[in-house]
Amino acid sequence: MEVSKKHLNRQRRTLLKTGALVAGASALGYSALAGAQANTIKIGHLTPLTGFLGALGEYAVQGIKMAAEEINASGGLLGRQIELISEDSVNPQTASSKAQRMIEQNKVQVLMGEINSASALTISQVAARNKTLFMSIGARSDALRGKNCNRYTFHVDIPVTVMVNAAGEALVRQGLVKGKKIFALTSDYLFGHDLSKAAKAFFSRNGGTVIGDELVPTDLADFSPQLLKIRQARPDLVATNLGGNQVTNFVKQYAEFGLSFPVAGFNLNTADAWAAGEGNLGGIWPTVWHHELKTPGSSAFVEKFTKKYGRIPENHAWIEYVSLMMMAQAIRETKSVDTDKLIAYFESEAQFDVLKARKAYFRSWDHQLMQEAYPFTVKPKGQAKNKQDFLLFGDAVPAANEPLEKLAPPKSASECKM
Amino acid sequence: MEIVYLLEQVVNGLVLGGYYLLLALGLSLIFSVGGIVNLAHGAFYALGAYLSLEVIRFVGFGGSILITPLLVGLVGIVFERFLLRRFYAADPILSLLVTFGLAMVAEQALRMIWGSAPLPSGMPAEFKGNVMLGEFMLSRYRLFILGVVIVVMSGIWLLLHKTSFGRVVRAGVQKPDMVAVLGIRLQPYMTSIVVLGVATAALGGVLFGPIAIVHPAMGTEIMTVAFVVVVIGGLGSFWGVVAAAVLVGVVRGVTTHFLPAASEASMYILMVLVLMLRPRGLLGERIERFE
Repeated sequence: MEVSKKHLNRQRRTLLKTGALVAGASALGYSALAGAQANTIKIGHLTPLTGFLGALGEYAVQGIKMAAEEINASGGLLGRQIELISEDSVNPQTASSKAQRMIEQNKVQVLMGEINSASALTISQVAARNKTLFMSIGARSDALRGKNCNRYTFHVDIPVTVMVNAAGEALVRQGLVKGKKIFALTSDYLFGHDLSKAAKAFFSRNGGTVIGDELVPTDLADFSPQLLKIRQARPDLVATNLGGNQVTNFVKQYAEFGLSFPVAGFNLNTADAWAAGEGNLGGIWPTVWHHELKTPGSSAFVEKFTKKYGRIPENHAWIEYVSLMMMAQAIRETKSVDTDKLIAYFESEAQFDVLKARKAYFRSWDHQLMQEAYPFTVKPKGQAKNKQDFLLFGDAVPAANEPLEKLAPPKSASECKM
Repeated sequence: MEIVYLLEQVVNGLVLGGYYLLLALGLSLIFSVGGIVNLAHGAFYALGAYLSLEVIRFVGFGGSILITPLLVGLVGIVFERFLLRRFYAADPILSLLVTFGLAMVAEQALRMIWGSAPLPSGMPAEFKGNVMLGEFMLSRYRLFILGVVIVVMSGIWLLLHKTSFGRVVRAGVQKPDMVAVLGIRLQPYMTSIVVLGVATAALGGVLFGPIAIVHPAMGTEIMTVAFVVVVIGGLGSFWGVVAAAVLVGVVRGVTTHFLPAASEASMYILMVLVLMLRPRGLLGERIERFE
């Protein structure tokens, strides 16, 4: 009896102590929130941090955080600090509900982010319903800027069509398309089908024949049956329309089997390329940016990022960084965070410095950022200085004397109606 | 022409079966002997792949094949002693929850230690390339994997069928109460079986790291295949798992030949068919506690 009473008292005391602590902490937090609410510009940021795009999302968050810190350190925007509310979007449903919550409860001024095209779609629908600006940063599906476009969404990354054209041009120059037999592998989901459609159109326009297009389930990790089929088909070129880390898997197993047909692909992030490893990757691929780009802005960015995070920035880190910088420029120039004013500014095709040789701008009728892209391949054996140095990046496309819109789908071919 | 291509898929499927076997056998052993569904099995596979990348730096690839499974086996001892042991006599749901939770913790731990970016993992250059067996092309590396699997499987078979250790384990699978009556404590055998199970999973990780991607979520990717193979093969049967692994490999290959988009779904359809015709699996024993 004695023991249990003491025990009960002790429990009660612990409960009171903990309760007081929690109340105190939340009071502090609340006042910090209340204080912050008055003075900051809130930016809602969503990107996948788990799942097959998680590795890319990690780079993305690092990129945008670095940009936010830089802007805040130099005085913020319109005299106010930026408050970046960044969360894991997980999947399209979660992305949608988080976006909604960020608008209603957190009262964000704009939404930014995403890499997964399906999640970007749901967020853009939430944005349109709530008349909030959404800058879709890393999602590449053509449909997002085509039939699913809306007035409140802007697209930063190059879409599928541009990726196909960027790598495709290099392939044509190497004589791998005209009169050649092409065997394609396609990831069986929205993005893969997008790539396949654009790739087939490109090949037929340039005189190539697609002799096979194998659909590959997105959870497939072992490509040995497909590799056997490739050998059976004996193509002149193997084209991959694969998403996420399926490309890495395929490339590694292609090297494992030691097949000799040239490989090319229309989607590969530098993180996926590094994961494939030197000696496994070959062929021609497109990218929206790379860390060896020799412009002063780009080199400075790479140096800053490497110093801060201890690793080389991947294209998703770069794109999130320049996206926040573009948003900041828009806010400064319009001297407001009003959605309609920002939309008007972007639609005026204002020029932005995206750390490349040429400035970029958003096309007014589909809100797609017009910018350069780069084809890349692999350095000859033995030239790589370290595990990430084996990629050989080509010159920007379109060429300096050609319009930036050359690779992008023209208005006549687009289903976008705003 | 067509037949040769089909046969090539079959042969490749047989080779692939070896890999599935490595993953599934450990799971089946733990399931049969301890009655525990080890949803954390994939975590040991992933740990094997990650550790191998570190171990390779010291002892090379060959050394890693021997050492990494041993290291993971040690982790398995801790896992069994402090986690699994509490749940042998408990409601099966609890062991499901615990191992599921462990799998998630393990994935996050891998992410925290090694980062979420996939790590480059390669194989020694001598293994790259293909070998022609008549008309059939086979990957040199996969033949090597098949060789390792055959050696390991032979060792495990000998252990289970030709030693007194194995005799007790098999008796424990069929009639655990009788074993207890005979005065034999099953506990140390259980620990050894768990260690064996997770070590084979880790070996799978070491062998398949070079041709798959090494990333924190890789454990969950192989769990479904391992499960399907165990279920098709049936509990408590060594040869059942072997047959199921080979069958799944071949069916996948053949499906890819005719209907590539359905290749991943084919093993589930196979599982449904087998269970409808023979609910205990191909060669499953009747396990007392599950009836």
